[in-house]
Amino acid sequence: MKIGYLIRRLLFLFAVVWVAATLVFFIPRLSTRNPIRERFAEIARSTGFAPKDLEQIIAAYEVKFGLNKPLLEQYVEYMGGVLRGDLGPSLTRFPVTVLDLILTALPWTIGLLVVTTLISFALGNLLGALASWPRSPAFVKGLMAPLMMLQAIPAYLLGLLLIFFIAFRLRLLPMGGAYSQGVLPSFTLEFILDAARHQILPAISLILSSVGFWALGMRGMGITIQGEDYVTFAEHKGLNPFTIFTQYYMRNALLPQITGLALAFGNIIVSGVLVEQLYGLPGLGGVLGDAILKNDYFVIYGITLFVILAIAILMFLMDLIYPLLDPRIRYES
Amino acid sequence: MTQITIASPQAQTRSERYQHPSRLTLTLRYLRRNKSLVIGLAIALALALFSIVGSLTIDTEKLAYPLAVKPKQPPSPEYPLGTDFFGRDLLAVMVRGVWQTAVIGLIAGAIGTGVGVVLGFLSAYYGGAVDTLIRGITEVLLPIPAFLILVVIAGSIDRKSVTIYTMALIVSLLAWMGPTRIMRAQVLSLKERLFVNVAKLSGMGNLEIVFKEILPNMLPFILASFVSGVFAGIFSSFGLSVLGLGPLREPLIGNTIWFAQQQAAFFNGWWWWPLWPTLALILIFVSLTLINIGLDELANPRVRRTE
Repeated sequence: MKIGYLIRRLLFLFAVVWVAATLVFFIPRLSTRNPIRERFAEIARSTGFAPKDLEQIIAAYEVKFGLNKPLLEQYVEYMGGVLRGDLGPSLTRFPVTVLDLILTALPWTIGLLVVTTLISFALGNLLGALASWPRSPAFVKGLMAPLMMLQAIPAYLLGLLLIFFIAFRLRLLPMGGAYSQGVLPSFTLEFILDAARHQILPAISLILSSVGFWALGMRGMGITIQGEDYVTFAEHKGLNPFTIFTQYYMRNALLPQITGLALAFGNIIVSGVLVEQLYGLPGLGGVLGDAILKNDYFVIYGITLFVILAIAILMFLMDLIYPLLDPRIRYES
Repeated sequence: MTQITIASPQAQTRSERYQHPSRLTLTLRYLRRNKSLVIGLAIALALALFSIVGSLTIDTEKLAYPLAVKPKQPPSPEYPLGTDFFGRDLLAVMVRGVWQTAVIGLIAGAIGTGVGVVLGFLSAYYGGAVDTLIRGITEVLLPIPAFLILVVIAGSIDRKSVTIYTMALIVSLLAWMGPTRIMRAQVLSLKERLFVNVAKLSGMGNLEIVFKEILPNMLPFILASFVSGVFAGIFSSFGLSVLGLGPLREPLIGNTIWFAQQQAAFFNGWWWWPLWPTLALILIFVSLTLINIGLDELANPRVRRTE
């Protein structure tokens, strides 16, 4: 039965990616804009360089990018490209492909998002469980209201406030950028420390805005579990509170939270992208912001599609991991 | 006889002693318990007042646009919130920006919820192929982060022609899946209830049942979904505009932040420029969340138990 379920999930996620890719392909074609023409118009505006044979150049580029073929043929080719991981060329840095840009940016984004999500997930679940635990001190319970408010505020805005208070007023940490100006990226301790210092504020803004989500979910779960017979039984058996808390309480309450994690990937990535753009980090968000500024359409579409693909893959991995965490699940239909 | 005459004065004094409280007192009493709703509504009201009174007393048509005042002035008695790099009076910018942001949110919330209610009803009430189709589309679209598709849409539109209304429409394009799912579930559970069966037996038509029996019972959910829709609409339009995809001519709050970022406002020491829009958006988001928590408590009294 397990295989059947996984195949169904795989087909579903394939449908999600296919629909997303179709939308990303067709939406730009519905508009009357011509990215290549606009690109040249922009060059003409900013540099005064306006070749006489502009129309021919544009036509040549359209042939090069396959934009002159019938729409359906382009669509099939595009989908084939997506399957092969080919997301097309960048308009502004032409020989460079979108995939190259993404792969250079990806380590930054993964580093920031993995670290912040892990910290926020662990911290939030611990706080939430403690808040619902009858023996915990009152101040932990009092933390819930501020966390609830923080959760309402997008990470981008928290990031702006952090820049104002910590970077601008107190001058404790840099305002943005991935590393200090004039420093060349290298694998020395000095550079790594410098880069890490630049990641602190983006990380804190992402953690602050997401920790409340995990804490609230966990608290709700904890309150439900409190009334369960097995917890009462464990108490009457005289188990020490720590064992009850970790083995009977946290372990059971964590499962739905992990499902929540799979559902939250989209939000995590979107707020990550916005925060990267705010701090001018070289991750996916920075590349996206830059592409929007320079009207590099192929990069905009490519990043969008790549992120959706990544989310689908992560959701599928979650499906694979889940039965290992919860022995009750056997994927029966 | 005598017993009755003894009984009636007693009943009279009892009814005099216990007066049923008026609707107003009951509402006020309820509001005293539901603090999040009150605080949330108070913040929303304050913001609305700020922008209404502001637009009546300040010439926002002029001052909120470039080259109106002396640029780069810190907050002073003349310019309470300062001015920006392009010569806009930030007080006027905020007055207009809060209003425009609210308009986008309200339109997006109304469209998203409206479409959600209609599709949810069609799906749940008629079932069959309609249900399969609507549910299939909703399920496939839900895992895709709508925001990214919005980036593609907003990126494909000629930015010079974007107004706050096109912005609102773009944002509402992918705002109906969540409401559709919620409404469908609600209708499915409501249409099996006894009172609907009674209505059917008494010869009410389909439409009459929908409008007279089911819809009134769904009002709390529709309201909650509307408030979440407003939140999501403001969030999406804010996200698009801080990426530089907003209607650049308008003093929308997100645009103001984007311009401040583009001109490296903090780096240059113009801290007031990005600060006010940030605070205004935080107030908006917090107020909507509080209202939503309050409505949740109103619609679903069982939540109270967990407090």
